[in-house]
Amino acid sequence: MLFEALTLQLGYNATLVAIGAMLLGISAGATGTFLFLRKRALVSDAISHATLPGIGLAFIVMVWLGMDGRSLPGLLIGSALSAWIGLLCVQWLTGGTRLSEDSAIGAVLSVFFGAGIVLLTVIQGMSAGRQAGLDSLLLGSTAGMLFSDAVLIAGGGALVLMLTLLLRRPMSLVAFDSDFAAASGLNVPRIDLATMGLVLAVTVVGLKIVGLILIVALLIIPPVTARFWTERTEHVWLIAGALGGASGYIGAAISASAPALPTGPIIVLVAFAFFAVSLLFSPARGVLSSVLRHRQYQRRVHLRQGLLALAQGQPIYEGYTLRLLQREGLARPDGVATGDGQARAAKALLDEKRWEILRGLQAHEATAARYDGLTGLETILTEDQLRDLDTRIAAPREIAP
Amino acid sequence: MTALNLATQNGLRPEAAEIATSPLAIRGLTVSYGEKPAIFSVDMTIRPGSMTAIIGPNGAGKSTLLKAALGIIRPLSGQTTVFGRPLDTQRARIAYVPQRASVDWDFPTTVLDVVLMGLYRELGLLRLVRSSHRKTATDALRRVGMADFADRQIGQLSGGQQQRVFLARALAQGADLYLLDEPFAGVDAATEKAIIAVLKSLKADGKTVVAVHHDLATVEQYFDHAFLINVRPVAEGTVAEAFTAESLQAAYGGRLATAQIDRLSQAG
Repeated sequence: MLFEALTLQLGYNATLVAIGAMLLGISAGATGTFLFLRKRALVSDAISHATLPGIGLAFIVMVWLGMDGRSLPGLLIGSALSAWIGLLCVQWLTGGTRLSEDSAIGAVLSVFFGAGIVLLTVIQGMSAGRQAGLDSLLLGSTAGMLFSDAVLIAGGGALVLMLTLLLRRPMSLVAFDSDFAAASGLNVPRIDLATMGLVLAVTVVGLKIVGLILIVALLIIPPVTARFWTERTEHVWLIAGALGGASGYIGAAISASAPALPTGPIIVLVAFAFFAVSLLFSPARGVLSSVLRHRQYQRRVHLRQGLLALAQGQPIYEGYTLRLLQREGLARPDGVATGDGQARAAKALLDEKRWEILRGLQAHEATAARYDGLTGLETILTEDQLRDLDTRIAAPREIAP
Repeated sequence: MTALNLATQNGLRPEAAEIATSPLAIRGLTVSYGEKPAIFSVDMTIRPGSMTAIIGPNGAGKSTLLKAALGIIRPLSGQTTVFGRPLDTQRARIAYVPQRASVDWDFPTTVLDVVLMGLYRELGLLRLVRSSHRKTATDALRRVGMADFADRQIGQLSGGQQQRVFLARALAQGADLYLLDEPFAGVDAATEKAIIAVLKSLKADGKTVVAVHHDLATVEQYFDHAFLINVRPVAEGTVAEAFTAESLQAAYGGRLATAQIDRLSQAG
């Protein structure tokens, strides 16, 4: 089943949903990157929850005008308007009052969502609203997706993606250094508003597939995941877009392959799976590699300290240090150095002496900053410099007159 | 001074003539957080081709002065002219170096990409980064001794190296006026020497340099002009003119010992 779903052989509706979800995922991942880099990820949560009153009002207005209240374009326009008002409220509360951004987000999110739920309950009681099914926009529902809906989602997603790519340079500049951006003549508040506007557009476009509660996951998880694999802004949004697209496509396929699997939540879980794997196994920033690196570093420090103790004939109290020395064949179980151990210990002591002299010399100030207790100076200095240093070790210390 | 004479001959009042030729002239600048002013009614006229240190105690509004002058924070009142013209028409001639601590150095970007940000005005939204742009950026890195670090992630740099990268970004802009916020804060002595050498070479090329500076002891050695501020402007002029016993007392109050004041004002 899953294979058929992944190769788009599960019929018309499943294919529409998979392609729509993929495009949505790509634009959400790329757009979300700039939100994440600007460290304002949670604003998207306020935006998405603020769509709800607009959905309710749009339904009421459309019914009142004698149209079909469930028409997707109308609902999306309503949701965009109320999300925009919610966004402006967050901006004003943050900039115009003493409220911090997280409090402002909390206030706007809950008030708008509460108002939206009230409207939805009222609509349930209206004669025209009994089969409205507006609550499906909370968590997304792809069951009865129309071709026109899919075109709307795909077109909207593609447009947002294009605008994101167009604005990526100013958005990265503002995210990294907003003061410099302002000094260069960029209108920072306007660029922030544009970023938020793009996030708003992704949210609205994604209502049908993932719903308003989970869209924040699709905006944030892909860039956070991408960050594990690269150190360059350009690659973060490329990878985030790819991961978002893959999550959308695979998630939609999985949910189509079995009855009663919700699309939006499955997409989010697939994105999370990518995140979990990256968190654990990324070579540069993953948990596993950092634990390994730390262990290795600790080992080198212990070994070095052990060697220095051997060289100076001091007792070694730490069991771990002693075991390390034994395992490397540098010391006997009773803590006495082997021949190999004596040689390595003498070298370690020489390194320390060289560093000690070097750190006292004005001329080597830049090199002195690189002292880490582990590195031998022969890897940093030239042979001449080293020879000069060694003559100073041998010579008696000069005493200032 | 010739430009100034020319301007006065053209019938401008001396004050207006001074503003018309000054790389950075500020009039009546007030910035307030809440209802307590950080700087109050500040006038400052930077001389063309000078190296000016903005000096004052903690909380005197030194950084605020620079940021408000550049429109990074919105002042309550006052205006800035740059080379005698409105600020916004002269952005391309200004390079700003913010405090190193004001950005997140774990940001996913490389040294070269940071320096290329200095070319934003040239690149705009869509223009591709060409080899000529990369060369400009690499040349700027070479001037601060960081050419070997071009491909490094910025998080791997030491504090002094970060400051040099920021300076390189400003150099890449090829500006005429350089404004630096605490360029020597928390950097090693080698970096401090490298930075001051670059700033002096800018001055030698006829550029104007303004830096917020903390260390009273090195003002005389590094700069030729000083602007003393403590919320209100206190003194302005050559270092010797600005560093009088009275003005230091006025700016720092009880925070400087009498012996220090004597030493500094005599040095000037």
